[in-house]
Amino acid sequence: MREATALLPRRREMHPVAYYPEYKTSAVRSPSLPLLSMESTPSEEHGPCFGHSAIGSLDNNLITNYTQGKALALGERIRVHGQVLDENARAVPDTLIEIWQANAGGRYRHIKDTYFAPLDPNFGGCGRTLTDANGGYEFFTVRPGAYPWPNRANDWRPMHIHFSIFGHAFGQRLISQMYFEGDPLIELCPIVATVRKRSQLERLIAPLDMQNARSMDYLAYKFDIVLRGYRQTKFENKPQGM
Amino acid sequence: MAQELDRLIETPSQTAGPYVHIGCLPSFAGVEGVYPQDLAVTPFAQGAAGEIITITGSVYDGTGTPLCDAVLESWQADAQGLFAGQKGADEKVSGFCRFAADKDSGEFTLRTIKPAAVHGRNKQIFAPHIALWIVARGINIGLQTRIYFEDEDNHADPLLARIEQDHRRATLLAKKVSTGTYRFDIRLQGEGETVFLDL
Repeated sequence: MREATALLPRRREMHPVAYYPEYKTSAVRSPSLPLLSMESTPSEEHGPCFGHSAIGSLDNNLITNYTQGKALALGERIRVHGQVLDENARAVPDTLIEIWQANAGGRYRHIKDTYFAPLDPNFGGCGRTLTDANGGYEFFTVRPGAYPWPNRANDWRPMHIHFSIFGHAFGQRLISQMYFEGDPLIELCPIVATVRKRSQLERLIAPLDMQNARSMDYLAYKFDIVLRGYRQTKFENKPQGM
Repeated sequence: MAQELDRLIETPSQTAGPYVHIGCLPSFAGVEGVYPQDLAVTPFAQGAAGEIITITGSVYDGTGTPLCDAVLESWQADAQGLFAGQKGADEKVSGFCRFAADKDSGEFTLRTIKPAAVHGRNKQIFAPHIALWIVARGINIGLQTRIYFEDEDNHADPLLARIEQDHRRATLLAKKVSTGTYRFDIRLQGEGETVFLDL
C-alpha cells in the first residue's frame, strides 16, 4: 500500500462548465458559489479497491452478457479499447471501468426511458472490466443509436457510451462519455458543448481503429482515458497503486 | 519558447445522465441478471467495529425540488480512522458505498459505521467525516462534498476552518435525529447551498 501522496489539483478549465444555458437542466443543478479548494487529504488520496474476483467473464461483453451467452444483441458489433493513464503518463492498472449505453435503436433499458424505439430482448446495456497491468482495457458491444431527448425542441444525443472510472484514489473518480468519430450530431449537442475547450472536447471522440478491428466480425474504436495524477517528488515516484 | 512540460491533461467529465443507474446500480434501473448483485451496496460487513449509523437526506435543485435521479458514492475511514488497504484497517470495512436517490421521493439512505478522525500530512487531523460524490443529469462534473457530524468535535478540522462564511459550515454537518440516525440534505444551488469541494 502506497503512502498517501497529494493529488495534482484538478484543472477545472479542462472540464465542462457547471452551468451551460443550452443544457437546460444544468441551470438548476449547478452550484452558484465557488467550490472550496484546498490540497487533497487522505479521503481523496485513498480509494476503493475492486478485485478480479468481483468481475465475471462476460462482464465486458455487452453483446452477450444480458443473456449470459445464450443470444446475441442486435446492432453493429464493435470493440472499444484503450489505455488508462494518469497525468504523469503512468499506466493505471487494476482499476474498475464501468460502461452503460443505449441499444442499437437508441433506447435504454431503464425504468425511466420511455422513448418508443424498441428494447432489444438480448441487450442489457451495462458492462465492466478491470484494466490490465499496463492500464489497458477492452469491451465488446454494439454501437449505440442516437436518440432524441427533451431539451430544446429537437435535440438529439450523438451516439455515445458512458464511462465510469475509479483510479486508485477517490479524488480521481471520473464519469464521462465516449463519442464516435464522424458523427455529425456531436457538433449539435449541448451536452458535448459543455466542454468549452475544443482540444478537450475532441478527446472524447474515439477514432475508428481498423488495425484493431476483426474481419467479418467487429469494428474497433480506441478510447484512451487520463485520470488525475499524484504530485511527484524524488521519493514519490512509485507506479500507481503500489 | 520554454521547454515542454511532459504532462497529460485529465479527460474531461461529462454528465452521468438520467440513466446512470444502468451502469452503476443496474438493479435500480431494472436491469437484472448481468451481475450477481450491484456493486458496493454496503460499505461494511457484519462484525465491523464501531457504531452503525443511518444517514438519510435528499439532494435539492435550485428550485427546492428533490432530485429523483441522483446517484451518490461515499468513501470513508473505519472506526479507527484508517482506510481500506491501510495497515491495521478493519477488514470488515470496505469504506465505499453507492446508493441512489429514491425514484419517487428523492430520498437517499446510507447505512454505515461512524468513521473516526483521520490523520493527514503535516500533523493535520480531520474530524470524522464521509466523503461524498454526487452525479446526476444536469451535473456536468461530479460534485464532491463531505458529511461531518454535528455531535463530533469539529472545531479544529482544517477543511471546515477554510470555509469563509461561518453559517455555510453547517451545510456539511449531519444533524442528529436520534441515537444512530442523522439527516444530511444537499442543496445544489441557492439559499443554503451546500459547500462543494475541489480537493
